[in-house]
Amino acid sequence: MKFSDEFETRFTMMARHYPTKRSVLVPALLYAQDEIGYLSDEVIQEIARRLELTELDVRNVISYYSMLTTKPRGKYNVQVCTNIACMLRGGEELFAHCRKKLGIGHKQTTQDGRFTLEEVECIGACSWAPAIQVNYDFHENLTVEKLDKVLDGYQK
Amino acid sequence: MPDVTLTVDGKKLTAPAGTLLIEACKSAGIEIPSFCYYPNLSLQGACRMCLVKIEKMPKLQTACTTVVTEGMIVTSDNEEVRQARKSMVELLLGNHPLDCPVCDAGGECELQDMTFSYGAAESKYMEAKNHKDEQQWSPVVFFDRPRCILCYRCVRVCGEGMDVWALGVQNRGVSSIIAPNKEDHLECEECGMCIDICPVGALTSGAYRYKTRPWEMKHVGTICTHCGDGCKTTLGVRRSDSGMEIVRGDNRDKSGINNDFLCIKGRYAFDFAHHPDRLMQPLIRKNGKLTPANWEEAFELIGKRFAEIRDHDGMIGVVGSSRITNEEAYLLSKFARVVLKTNNVDHHRTADFPALAAALSGKPDSTATMREVYDAPAILLIGNNPTDQHPLLAWQIRNNVRLHRSRLYLINSQTIKLGRQAAGFTQIPAGTEGKVAAYLAGDDAAVEAIITEKNSRETWNALREKLRGEQKLVIIFGSEIRGNDVAVLVKFGSGVHGAKFVCLADYANSRGAADMGLYPDLLPGYHRVADTGKFHDEWTSIPATTGLTLPEMVDAAKASKLKALYVVGANPIGRLGLDPFLFSKTFVVVQEMFLTETAFMADVVLPAANAYEKSGTFTNTCGDLQILKKAGEVTGTKSDFEMIVRIADAMGFDVHKLVPFGAGERTDMGQSRGAQSGEADRHAVWLEARGLEPKMSPLEPTAILDEIQRLVPGYDFSRINLLAGNDQHTTLANSGPGAIQKPELIVPANDNLFSSGTLGRYSKALHSVMESRTQQTSEVAAD
Repeated sequence: MKFSDEFETRFTMMARHYPTKRSVLVPALLYAQDEIGYLSDEVIQEIARRLELTELDVRNVISYYSMLTTKPRGKYNVQVCTNIACMLRGGEELFAHCRKKLGIGHKQTTQDGRFTLEEVECIGACSWAPAIQVNYDFHENLTVEKLDKVLDGYQK
Repeated sequence: MPDVTLTVDGKKLTAPAGTLLIEACKSAGIEIPSFCYYPNLSLQGACRMCLVKIEKMPKLQTACTTVVTEGMIVTSDNEEVRQARKSMVELLLGNHPLDCPVCDAGGECELQDMTFSYGAAESKYMEAKNHKDEQQWSPVVFFDRPRCILCYRCVRVCGEGMDVWALGVQNRGVSSIIAPNKEDHLECEECGMCIDICPVGALTSGAYRYKTRPWEMKHVGTICTHCGDGCKTTLGVRRSDSGMEIVRGDNRDKSGINNDFLCIKGRYAFDFAHHPDRLMQPLIRKNGKLTPANWEEAFELIGKRFAEIRDHDGMIGVVGSSRITNEEAYLLSKFARVVLKTNNVDHHRTADFPALAAALSGKPDSTATMREVYDAPAILLIGNNPTDQHPLLAWQIRNNVRLHRSRLYLINSQTIKLGRQAAGFTQIPAGTEGKVAAYLAGDDAAVEAIITEKNSRETWNALREKLRGEQKLVIIFGSEIRGNDVAVLVKFGSGVHGAKFVCLADYANSRGAADMGLYPDLLPGYHRVADTGKFHDEWTSIPATTGLTLPEMVDAAKASKLKALYVVGANPIGRLGLDPFLFSKTFVVVQEMFLTETAFMADVVLPAANAYEKSGTFTNTCGDLQILKKAGEVTGTKSDFEMIVRIADAMGFDVHKLVPFGAGERTDMGQSRGAQSGEADRHAVWLEARGLEPKMSPLEPTAILDEIQRLVPGYDFSRINLLAGNDQHTTLANSGPGAIQKPELIVPANDNLFSSGTLGRYSKALHSVMESRTQQTSEVAAD
């Protein structure tokens, strides 16, 4: 298992930040996922080995966090918030629209591997509800029309 | 630490500073309910059942994570507390299936008890229950997910206690589940601790599930018959067609030296007792074939032939067992000398106890108990792999390091699992354990053999200095150290303040077999046959010359000199891989549970009861003596004790001289003491506690135990403590001189976690685990 130099630099730095080895686990998983796209068996083995944890330990942590995944995702992960603020401002309509437009449901990926759709809990953008998050980018104060434009922007 | 004073429910308590509130309450007799809290495991604070009211604290507090402080005022039971606990039970029952009438845990379930106590039978939750089918995680571990209340006890005992870390928790919130390490199955040591510790019926045992209910069994706390550690196992028995069937083994009675611990063998491997191949009738060879016979016929034949051969000065050999009780081993040793008039007695030796007895002569308090291994500030382990061969010892060491920060020094030719707990691990070339002993004892030249790339002369010197500076060091050694090396190691130990020894032997009563003199040159208590003394006085007419060892008996058979061989619970032909025709000119009598290689070629086979089917005592490898209680029963078998006595009787020997029973002319059976009026017969209790109760039968092992206590040095333990089920340490300090014997006579059993000699061959539970492993490996190999 080989990670990029950037990952390795970050990993070495992080390891020094914490008093115990396993504290690096969550950020390491996140960076590894950003790089590989998901947390493959290989990634899990490698991180478990480096942090002297069992694979089971690593899997337990991954299963706890919804942002971590052991299955490949599309290139763009569309996360639609349907918690209270977004819901009141039309979040559920946005989610329904996404389903229709992309032809997929919650945690599913389009045939071409471009989009994965996810209905998520609060993403902390209540002041600009309704909001969605695509990978690490936020799109706020959305309407169905604005959403179409946003999604079209990711077609490439 | 200084004590603090606190008030619980108006009662003043004192507890050492640092005590958890829940423990302080428990020791004062105030019960605080809890699911997730378990003594000696890390704190979880997950179940919220132990909530109590503490004055000046704003909300209810968890007693399992709160440390007592001076002047603390606690209310453990009021309306608020009861309401909180009731809500917790209600939440737990939200997704609990309530299949108590079919659940294994029904009747001994902690959740059931709590529901009864707090009355949360009605629920405001209307949601449909989340069902998931039962899963089989290994041949012996099943998981019923909806029953789980997520107390994490199994996760912690597997990780912290066993150092296996095979269980974890996945997902979050209501979807949380306990997960095994290999997605859909477990890869672990199969100890079953997770099942025992589960407060509900979520984890169930493959050996026991759906067989019966807890209240339909009788629970007998006895000693495990597998390895040499001497765990107490509670056997659940119930009536069956052929006597009493053992249906469960677990750790219900935690009073044993093993506390919470039990391994796969103690928990599941009782099933050999009900194997279909079990012998239930004596067999006599007629026209070359083993033919069923009755007991009288068998005893008469044996008695006649043994007496003939003895009277014509024919050579007779006796092979004893490491799994018979002390009483049986002693009786066999005495029977050979006094009735058969031979010193040709031996057994399968797995450790050099005679050498240890010789080395420790005159050194009181120099052997450690199994309990001390859990408390000792420092431990030196040379050789052996306790995780495989002595699971309890490994548990004691591991948890001593974890809970008491004991320093473990490991010297081994292999990297063994206990290395993870070791303060220092020193790997040596195979077979140089004796050189290690010599070097530690001060022979600087011996270091040449143990210097490796990793361990220089300086490393060894530093280690020796460190060890010399330790106090109360427990020195544990495997069979790698034998013969003269034992004395050398003891010499090193004598220089360490308060050092004690543990010599590791492999079978349940290997130590007892040695202590009771199943040797050609040693009588019970390591008393040499040539030395006169109390045995000669009491037993009278002991042959003066040293007898034959087992290999010498085999040679005698080869030379057609061995006329009779009496094998009690051993399988020398199978173990030594001998040609069965060797004994075609020998009259062979075998007492066995199964038709082993040795029984198969015998002239008479007597069906024997095993350790779970008789009473008596075992001495574990540390020298801890414990009482066996009869649990199972298989019709048609007899204990080895009874068979030995019956053979002596059939030979025309006065059994009073063999078993000291019925000494007085009359005996008071209690009729004169008002026992029938319903009160306890205190006089009888007093007598029994002192070993003075009337022994009415020659088949009564306690009659021989009296003689053992009188004649075998080191066995002068408290009878009442033994009867109460406590372990009693025996010592070697006042033993006979012992002997230095041929080291090659010691052959370790090399059993691992899933094998156990003849018993293991007939245990389906152990086989199923081994088979599941080979299947998995072959699957991997096929990729």
